[in-house]
Amino acid sequence: MLVAGVDVGSTQTKAVIMNEDREVLGKGLVPTGAKLNEAGQAAFEEALARAGARESDVGFVVGTGYGRYRVEFGDAQVTEISCHARGAVFLFPNTRTVLDIGGQDTKGIKVGPDGEVIDFNMNDKCAAGTGRFLGAASEALEVPLSELGALALSGKNPVKMTTTCTVFAESEILGWLAKGRRVEDVVAGVHKAIASRSVSLLRRVGIEPEVTFTGGVSNNEAMVELISELIGMPVNTSPETHHCGALGAALFALEQVLTGAIPERHGV
Amino acid sequence: MTTPTKHERRIVIRPPLSLAGTTRDENRKLIREWWAELDAAEDEGRPVANVFVMGSMAEILRTFDMPIAFPEMTSLQTAVRGRSLEYITTAEDAGYSPDICGYVKADVGVHLQGRDHPMGRLPVPSLVVATNLCNTYIKWGEIWERMYDCPVFVFDIPGWRGSGFETKPSSGTFRDDVRYVEAQVRELIALCEEVTGKRFDIDRFRETLAEVNELSRLFQEVLELNQHRPAPFNALTEGINLMGIVNAYRGSPKGTRFLEIAKAEFAERIDSGVGAVPDERFRLLLVGTACYSNFRDFAGLFEDWQGVFAHSDYMSFAGGALDRGVHYDLDRPVESMAEQMVLTTQEAMGGMFWGQDWLTEVVRDWEIDGIVFHGVKSCRTVSTGLPDEREWLLRRRDIPGLFIQSDLVDPRLWSAAQLKNRIDAFFESLESRRAIGARR
Repeated sequence: MLVAGVDVGSTQTKAVIMNEDREVLGKGLVPTGAKLNEAGQAAFEEALARAGARESDVGFVVGTGYGRYRVEFGDAQVTEISCHARGAVFLFPNTRTVLDIGGQDTKGIKVGPDGEVIDFNMNDKCAAGTGRFLGAASEALEVPLSELGALALSGKNPVKMTTTCTVFAESEILGWLAKGRRVEDVVAGVHKAIASRSVSLLRRVGIEPEVTFTGGVSNNEAMVELISELIGMPVNTSPETHHCGALGAALFALEQVLTGAIPERHGV
Repeated sequence: MTTPTKHERRIVIRPPLSLAGTTRDENRKLIREWWAELDAAEDEGRPVANVFVMGSMAEILRTFDMPIAFPEMTSLQTAVRGRSLEYITTAEDAGYSPDICGYVKADVGVHLQGRDHPMGRLPVPSLVVATNLCNTYIKWGEIWERMYDCPVFVFDIPGWRGSGFETKPSSGTFRDDVRYVEAQVRELIALCEEVTGKRFDIDRFRETLAEVNELSRLFQEVLELNQHRPAPFNALTEGINLMGIVNAYRGSPKGTRFLEIAKAEFAERIDSGVGAVPDERFRLLLVGTACYSNFRDFAGLFEDWQGVFAHSDYMSFAGGALDRGVHYDLDRPVESMAEQMVLTTQEAMGGMFWGQDWLTEVVRDWEIDGIVFHGVKSCRTVSTGLPDEREWLLRRRDIPGLFIQSDLVDPRLWSAAQLKNRIDAFFESLESRRAIGARR
């Protein structure tokens, strides 16, 4: 019997297929777009294909992320805050602090040894300092998002960004370019601004080791380095941390099945 | 740990309660009468006073038979009726900044639109009474002063001298403060005589003070009923009805009668095992106010999780100290009123910035599972410090808290998905805290 977690985020939708031994068999990742249920279904199918499984093999699906209630094939919903906490402790059992930088949200989460949320703090009303800010920089500089991190690491004299406002980012970036600053220094400055804002949010929940960095931006090597430098301790990341929300959702799904809390679908 | 979806709440079928709805009916009747009285006063050319919930001076004004209008309440009513935005934008079109208090803009918008309020006609004030408890009160009063050329009387009440200051009624400092405020009370009395053309009647004043003493005693009893499990009333949704009446009818026998009705209805719920929220699972304390432009949705986000607000600091700071116990000495009424003003102002101001002790006591006595701190975007006065207070209580007292933000009356600051996400996550954390506690 398999379970699935589907994380419909503001920018990307992720899915994870897991077996009863808590092994991840397949992952899916698609842009979210406007049709949330379709994005959820597409990511789910991609993960199923990678797992070599069929939908009827899946006994329970938990939806998470902003679009969790739009995952029509989902059996239950859990917020991504609880899911990232659970997923991070699963990946790195000594995790006590989670930083999740997603498309429009940055979250600092304090977790207990069982992956329970003790406290959390998020950006409010404003997407400043979130992944979307990197997206705006990528568009303004015409550099693919996936290459921004490496480029930032090559910037030796980062510019000092005065805003992390996603709306004003483009004009400030263009301003620095107009002053003749190198693209990699501008990109490095953008990264420093986001890292600094994220760490101040993290400090409000209290930073305790180990710190695990999750969400799409956790794949960005420059951001990992900067955050680690700012908090003065190493930061856990892995190829799985991008999917941490979906992973946590799959763990909740498995918990539901194993405790018999809710009947499985398809009579699996 | 799965979040319920909206509209999945089931209706609990119970035997009918004989007093069900009596509080709501009395509230509606009294609110209608209150509006009618304001209307009649204008038609008859009688003076009306605009006052505020913190420091209304209803005791003095009622002695002069002066109807009192509460612009905070009438602005709130525009929001509950779904009309606040049109008034707010009217005020903004007239040049009021998007950053200032939503209550002020909703009120100004109604005045600019000819005083035509969804529930009646806003009066033209003959007098405004404010205190320095809120700086916006003073600027708000000045708006009416410019509009209608009415006098604005601002009480300057001394606050705490600094962190760690204690209000000691036996101290010389306290006596000095009382004398300073008592002189202002006498100035207000003289102004009321001028505005109404009536002499101050000290015996009538004593009767009004006695009524407030009784109102306070009943109010404390009603609040204490909510220490029961399940809580018989929701301090958010039903609390607002209580607050409307205890403010509008402070010092009137109608106010005390209303609380007797509420007390009887809530006691009947307790006797019948009926809670305000079916199958109560979480007991909450609200710090701040609700978002009135999305009032039903705001309450529903907590009720979906079977969470009930057993208490609210709104029922404290907006109740003119009724919850703390008002005890006027009828043998020296004016001085006693000044004493209460100093005491309650210093407690209210202190509570605004050092509220953790009071909150800790409420958490203990009302058996609260978590505190919801609601920051009001257009009111920095009450919102500043809430995140710090939340963190302090979590770290020092292990009391879980949630910080969310929207507004009093401005629906543009309501962000449904963000609020739901935070609230759901908070309940999930309360659930896992409970499960882990049970396991250990």
